Amino acid sequence: MATFKDFRNSVKPNWCPGCGDFSVQAAIQRAAANVGIEPHELAVVAGIGCSGRIAGYINSYGFHGIHGRALPIAQGLKMANRDLNVIASGGDGDGFAIGMAHTVHAIRRNIDVTYVVMDNQIYGLTKGQTSPRSAQGFITKSTPGGAIEPSLKPLEVALSAGATFVAQGFSTDIKELTALIEAGIQHKGFSFINVFSPCVTYNKVNTYEWFKEHLTKLADIEGYDSQNRELAMQTVMEKEGLVTGIIYQDLETKSYQEKVPGYAEQPLSELDMNLSEGQFNDLVKEFM
Amino acid sequence: MLHQLSWKVGGQQGEGIESTGEIFSMAMNRLGYHLYGYRHFSSRIKGGHTNNKITVRPTEVRSIADDLDILVAFDQETIEVNYKELTESSIILADAKFNPVKPEDSKAPLFIVPFTEIASELGTSLMKNMVAIGSTAALLKLDTTVFQGVVDEIFGRKGEEVVKKNMEAIQKGYDAMSELLGERVGEWELAPADGKRRMFMIGNDAIALGALAAGSRFMAAYPITPASEIMEYLIKKLPKFGGAVIQTEDEIAAATMAIGANYGGVRSFTASAGPGLSLMMEAIGLSGMTEQPLVIVDTQRGGPSTGLPTKQEQSDLMAMFYGTHGEIPKVVIAPSTLEEAFYDTIQAFNIAEELQLPVIIMTDLQLSLGKQTTEPFDYSKIEIRRGKIVEDELEPVENKDYFKRYENTEDGVSTRVFPGTANGIHHVTGVEHDETGKPSESAGNREVQMDKRFRKLEKLNFNKPVHVNAPHDDADVLLVGFNSTRGALEEVQERLNNEGVKVNHAHIRLLFPFPSDEMAALVNRAKKVIVVENNKTSQLANIMKMNIGGHNKTQSITKYDGTPFLPRELENKVKELLD
Repeated sequence: MATFKDFRNSVKPNWCPGCGDFSVQAAIQRAAANVGIEPHELAVVAGIGCSGRIAGYINSYGFHGIHGRALPIAQGLKMANRDLNVIASGGDGDGFAIGMAHTVHAIRRNIDVTYVVMDNQIYGLTKGQTSPRSAQGFITKSTPGGAIEPSLKPLEVALSAGATFVAQGFSTDIKELTALIEAGIQHKGFSFINVFSPCVTYNKVNTYEWFKEHLTKLADIEGYDSQNRELAMQTVMEKEGLVTGIIYQDLETKSYQEKVPGYAEQPLSELDMNLSEGQFNDLVKEFM
Repeated sequence: MLHQLSWKVGGQQGEGIESTGEIFSMAMNRLGYHLYGYRHFSSRIKGGHTNNKITVRPTEVRSIADDLDILVAFDQETIEVNYKELTESSIILADAKFNPVKPEDSKAPLFIVPFTEIASELGTSLMKNMVAIGSTAALLKLDTTVFQGVVDEIFGRKGEEVVKKNMEAIQKGYDAMSELLGERVGEWELAPADGKRRMFMIGNDAIALGALAAGSRFMAAYPITPASEIMEYLIKKLPKFGGAVIQTEDEIAAATMAIGANYGGVRSFTASAGPGLSLMMEAIGLSGMTEQPLVIVDTQRGGPSTGLPTKQEQSDLMAMFYGTHGEIPKVVIAPSTLEEAFYDTIQAFNIAEELQLPVIIMTDLQLSLGKQTTEPFDYSKIEIRRGKIVEDELEPVENKDYFKRYENTEDGVSTRVFPGTANGIHHVTGVEHDETGKPSESAGNREVQMDKRFRKLEKLNFNKPVHVNAPHDDADVLLVGFNSTRGALEEVQERLNNEGVKVNHAHIRLLFPFPSDEMAALVNRAKKVIVVENNKTSQLANIMKMNIGGHNKTQSITKYDGTPFLPRELENKVKELLD
């Protein structure tokens, strides 16, 4: 059986030293090993940005797509091969700005893909502009007077969009993050995992220290029930989104693929592509 | 006796005009006639003038007729909008309900039939369409029993009573019309046909069936006129073959989802029109750069922006040619008949996989939505070719390095391996990359990979890039077109040839890469070249000049009012340019 080392490859990440993304990468590798899959049974589809490079840093099939479009590519891939484990990944700009429509609709659609967002509240690769996750008043190159728009609330959005799995992690806590990604992979449906992954170069506000100070673990909240959607929404609002753990999981709802009428049990990529002569002629006759 | 009948029914949108045309056409198809339909409709659900013009012939037909023999009107607007197409030997049948008035300068007589009243007497005014069909049958001297099969098929589910009532409505319409006609009975009788039933479908049906036959089992699409029928057909059919269609949030998702599914190993595609094509530009680039197959159908409609969403135009050529930033190899094909739409769709999937690049199937609204007859498609002509794909087990790669997915091969095509395959791990990226897919910005590698991608086009194997009918070695004129103008051009060629003008005709089926050698040879054999297209800026003419020159003898006939070319209109314009 594969260990997390089997999910490592020889490519050296070009992330800045101290970047939160290293830990996200490690957590994905550990989670994949823990759920007992082999590297070739995993595909990581990523967007564009610092975080998007992750598709090339894990020893698995990797697709580094276009900015904001990791999710549709990942969903298409999963539709083609339902036996494959598909993880989509990207940054907060990728998932909550340019790709926001895909994020909301992927959540609604509930195809069995795990989506890990590396949320650093800043645009890093373009060298420090505001992101939809930047706090109001946050000063960046593109918001010299401070961000005017309020920060987007991804957990509330996900819950409102009908998510069947919502979690949030912090890159420093690899153990918890690994467990969240594992649970996400095992969840039968779309799993949305937002991860605070600090940018050490351009975000001097939301630092490791800042998160340590502000984050609450849901495990530490007495009576918290991750299957209670109302409680989840209430807690997330109360804590202004600064929580970690499984926020909500719906164990009943079936995934999109289980609901699609006629969708083959085996991967579409393995179906016989040929119509029989009888099948074809029947289709032709319908037009006669 | 007529050798061609041109019949039109018109009224308000949502009034059953479409189904009137449909039922009439189905009956004519059963009698063995060839049909070619044209729908005039608006971008709204109910209300607004709509009409359905159908050309019926015992021989092959690929064009809308110039004139109208029979106009069936359910409102005065239908008469006003359409009477100019009528001749002395035409006739207007109008519903008594709206007190129809014959325009002073109408050449055709007006016959008033109480369509609605007869229908109401039978129980529901909804059957006025059937009464009108019955009246049409009287004009054509058809036996009303030919409608029995069609009525059974359409209304059978609703019970025997409904079938009976509808047949009665047809008979009553027939009787009323026969009485009105008096001595003129038989004037509109049509020459008999061969009794052979043909497929009767729109271009979008042919493409959708082509995709199914090509082995496509996944489609992602966003609704749009005039492309939606493709996804709607597959939503009905794919579940029977294990596949699925996803209606996405936008065309960006549609195209990228199709790329993801192709990467996963299943033939996938999307279909849209101009506005969707605009949104797909980045996906087209991704497909080209990552060498993932992608088939896109662009059913052209009036642009730009929302433009004329329900009208004919051929103005996306340049977008398809140049669309996406940077440079990628791509293939653009343009079927011009139902048959081509079907077989070319299969070709498109084969090329997309064999050459691992985006293939755009270009149609126009008239080809996509015009309902026509065609000979049944031939199963034995369906061939699926997937190109280089790993089929055997792979040996482990040394040092956990990647499989060489982008190996620099002689023909430029590298072997694909699908995710899930042991020892096939590799990286795919829209960033410039090396043979294993790892990002690489080195100048040398850039040239190698760019050349490799473009080299693939040299192996393009497209069956019949140009449809040619060029009987003259020293033609007076070469007529050039693409997509649905085929029938009008063929007719003009025939008419002018009969008048002694030497006319050759080339219909371009492969627009990119442009079939320069073949077209240059045809241009050389003609004194003049006239390029016919439904756009303002002569896009095809410009593409021809760019690729093969001929500036001093190339002229354009363009039309961008939202309607297709009619043969006579085109004939006159060609004659003007030849004088």
